[in-house]
Amino acid sequence: MLAKLRLLTQKNLIGLITSFILFISIFILPGLLPAALIPALLGFIGLIGFGYLGYKTYLFLKENPEFKPSESTTLIKVSGSVIAIIAGLLFGLLMMLIVNPGQAFQGIVTIVSGGFRSIQAMGNMIYFSVPIILTGLSVAFAFRTGLFNIGATGQLTMGAFTAVFIGVRWGVLGEVSPTLHWIVALLGGAVAGAIWGAIPGLLKAYRNVHEVVATIMLNYVAMYLNTLLITNYIYNSDYARAMDIKTTAATPKWNLDLLFPRSSIGAGIVIALIVVIILHIILNKTTFGYELKSVGFNRDASKYAGMNSKRNLVYSMLISGAVAGLAGALMFLNLGKHLKPVNVLIPEGFTGIAIALLGLTSPIGVLLAGLFYGSLQQGGYFLQLLDYKPEIIDIIIAVIIYASALGLFLQKFVINTLKAREMQLERSKQNEALEGSDDE
Amino acid sequence: MDYIIEMLNITKEFPGIKANDDVTLQLKKGEIHALLGENGAGKSTLMSVLFGLYQPEKGEIKVRGKKVQIDSPNDANELGIGMVHQHFKLVHNFTVAENIILGFEDTTYGFLEFDEPIQKIKELSNQYSLKVDVNSLISNISVGQQQRVEILKMLYRDAEILIFDEPTAVLTPQEIEEIMGIMKELAAEGKSIVLITHKLKEIKQVADRCSVLRKGKYIGTVDVADTSVEKMAEMMVGREVSFEIDKEAATPKETVLQVKNLSVFNELLQKDDVTDISFEVKKGEILCIGGIEGNGQTQLVEAITGLIEPSNGEIILNGEDITHNSIRKRNIAGVSHIPEDRHKYGLVLDYSLEKNLIFQTYFTPKFQKNGFLKFDAIRDNAKRLIKQFDIRSGKGATTMARSMSGGNQQKAIVAREIDRDTELLIAVQPTRGLDVGAIEYIHKQLIEQRDNDKAILLISLELEEVMNLSDRIIVMYEGENVGEFDPEKVTENELGLYMAGSKKKE
Ligand SMILES: Nc1ncnc2c1ncn2[C@@H]1O[C@H](COP(=O)(O)OP(=O)(O)OP(=O)(O)O)[C@@H](O)[C@H]1O
Ligand SMILES: [Mg+2]
Repeated sequence: MLAKLRLLTQKNLIGLITSFILFISIFILPGLLPAALIPALLGFIGLIGFGYLGYKTYLFLKENPEFKPSESTTLIKVSGSVIAIIAGLLFGLLMMLIVNPGQAFQGIVTIVSGGFRSIQAMGNMIYFSVPIILTGLSVAFAFRTGLFNIGATGQLTMGAFTAVFIGVRWGVLGEVSPTLHWIVALLGGAVAGAIWGAIPGLLKAYRNVHEVVATIMLNYVAMYLNTLLITNYIYNSDYARAMDIKTTAATPKWNLDLLFPRSSIGAGIVIALIVVIILHIILNKTTFGYELKSVGFNRDASKYAGMNSKRNLVYSMLISGAVAGLAGALMFLNLGKHLKPVNVLIPEGFTGIAIALLGLTSPIGVLLAGLFYGSLQQGGYFLQLLDYKPEIIDIIIAVIIYASALGLFLQKFVINTLKAREMQLERSKQNEALEGSDDE
Repeated sequence: MDYIIEMLNITKEFPGIKANDDVTLQLKKGEIHALLGENGAGKSTLMSVLFGLYQPEKGEIKVRGKKVQIDSPNDANELGIGMVHQHFKLVHNFTVAENIILGFEDTTYGFLEFDEPIQKIKELSNQYSLKVDVNSLISNISVGQQQRVEILKMLYRDAEILIFDEPTAVLTPQEIEEIMGIMKELAAEGKSIVLITHKLKEIKQVADRCSVLRKGKYIGTVDVADTSVEKMAEMMVGREVSFEIDKEAATPKETVLQVKNLSVFNELLQKDDVTDISFEVKKGEILCIGGIEGNGQTQLVEAITGLIEPSNGEIILNGEDITHNSIRKRNIAGVSHIPEDRHKYGLVLDYSLEKNLIFQTYFTPKFQKNGFLKFDAIRDNAKRLIKQFDIRSGKGATTMARSMSGGNQQKAIVAREIDRDTELLIAVQPTRGLDVGAIEYIHKQLIEQRDNDKAILLISLELEEVMNLSDRIIVMYEGENVGEFDPEKVTENELGLYMAGSKKKE
């Protein structure tokens, strides 16, 4: 065990040191440094982060000198998405030209730069993206295993209610330990989401009910149930909303609010990152993920190989639901955020579908796509300073997101362009070689 | 010049491999031109280039003497080029007629026109005796019939140049005879045909000329009439191939598999697919179940391997009743299974080769620890099998199964199942789609397994394979066991009569 740890440390000493520096600078230093130095600290963090990425790329290229971009599926997928995003932005621009031609170009710049206008905006971008990343992960995970989870909204709602209920009613936990309270509330949300996800899983496995039908129906059940439960158990009739959660139930800030002053950022993004890593590991490194993916790719073959596809199906929906439930919990375990007993489906669940597609259903892709969404939302907020109405802004963001999700279809185009480039390069190399030999 | 198609100096690359390297193919009008080459030699790729599915990096294509650019199958259709793919491309929940007109629909005011097309399909089907029911769903008809649909699809589009990519790999001997006849008829009418096949006998039977590819390179073109089968095999493999199988007489030992009064009921057709079948397979012998496709062999195997539930009877493995055990339990107890349908059951096409090679063993301590996959062990396993079974592909262990050639996909499955080294190996059409060299190797492997005291249950439609490999033969007809034979004492002809149901032993 120790030997193994030592080996790991030796193998990636630089990675370890980098992580350590990053950890200190993100979670500890902001509490110690004077506010004036925070921007510099942020710059430092960015420098270290990107520097490390660059270093890794350099290492990779050194080890694989034969590397051809057109043969890297990851690269092709990523560039497909980037092109798609550009196409999405062009569509957005078109929308703006139609609505308000005078400010369209200024507007598109505002939207694109949204999350990076100020440190505060950056923090808010991250804050906004957290539930979207999680619902995106929820949909993507189910998708990987061949299931179309349209029910992230319902799972999120159940998670949100349970978390808020614990946050309001189980104040004793906070007296025992303030950390315990929000953790239990968070886990409660995940469990509720898991249960809500497992129901369609069970129905599909043992009653052959299609998951799309079951999840859509359960969305409505969750919506009405939520209204009923709020009004019965945690209703604040003065404001017609759920009661305030106890302060101990709110997710902590972990100094992130100092790093991004005046923004709403909190521990949510850290939790989302942990979920990204866990799902990535499950899908790519474990026998469980191997089974889940094979069932998703080819159910017959998985049966032939002796995999228990029914059990896997239920587990997959369970995990998917838990992640969506977590999204709900993180959304509402914030002071000043309140669940309301209104019969409206929470939109984050559906946005998750588009984000899952845009992120090509890979956990890391979803993380990036979610941040992109958060940035657009920030941009939309600034757009109000120009002459655009909030509804129009929502439409523009929707157009951009959905046009971008078309990225899947652009991969082939990317492959061909890359190949053409490489062939040209090779030809010119050959020509040079020929000319070179002529000279002699 | 009277070449109808000229593919000149075609080069097509895939990651890690030149699938076609400066290949030239010239097709005369009205000829049947065979394309021969080992698994992965680049035959399907070359034809996909002609059909507009791939763009070559170099080379040009001339159709009827004119240089053309074929960017998509639609372009190919317009030039009169049709193709039946190695793995059919039919929409399973569409009817036969819908599949045939797909992409070529007539509409009136935006509504699909069916009467006229169906009339045309029926005429074509009569003219070439390609019998199909135009209203059946594809998922309900046999592969042989699906093949006919693919051919009708080409004819419906008035194709003049017909490409057949391994049309006979999935057919029964009778159906092969039929399709050979149809090809000759088409050629006599002036259509030009490219035929890809690994069966040299078929080339001898119908082809006029034969072009040979080896590892992506063009080796040459010969007139079939003055070239022996051996010579063609040598051109293709680059060494002599033996068609004879040496094997010692079997020395059967204890019983491994015992099937007692097994029946399988078909809910859809409300009749038995398998009726009251009993037999035993012993250590050290190859028992072959012969028969024409669709006489219950598939269901028999599926019942033994656990893919379907039998309605009656018992399956006993090494003295233990496994009739109702899960597939996983059967696998662990010692059953390996080379499935009939490699894409449905055999592979996860979107997994890499190395991941496909641990399909039933990923959970064993060899490949996993605490639930985490051991990637080094998986890679080593793949490298070993790739070497041993000569599985060819662009990127070795990390190649996506989807991008491998049909024959190499098959080799991967066979390698995986033989390597599991279980007491019982059920091999259904193990050499389907393999080249002669690979067949030779797989046959040797099967016999070696037998000599190592493994029990082998072989299901094959090919009489030659049946006669060469088996130690005992059982013939199935309409789900029943109609007789058991000793391959030494029975002729192919006689077996054929039992298979066709015109004779039956008591
Ligand atoms: N789409 C693809 N992507 C990557 N590699 C490919 C692709 N298609 C084919 N190849 C590779 O090109 C080579 C030639 O494949 P091809 O399918 O043409 O062989 P083939 O001669 O038809 O063999 P078989 O007799 O087994 O069908 C193989 O090594 C295969 O792995
Ligand atoms: Mg092929």
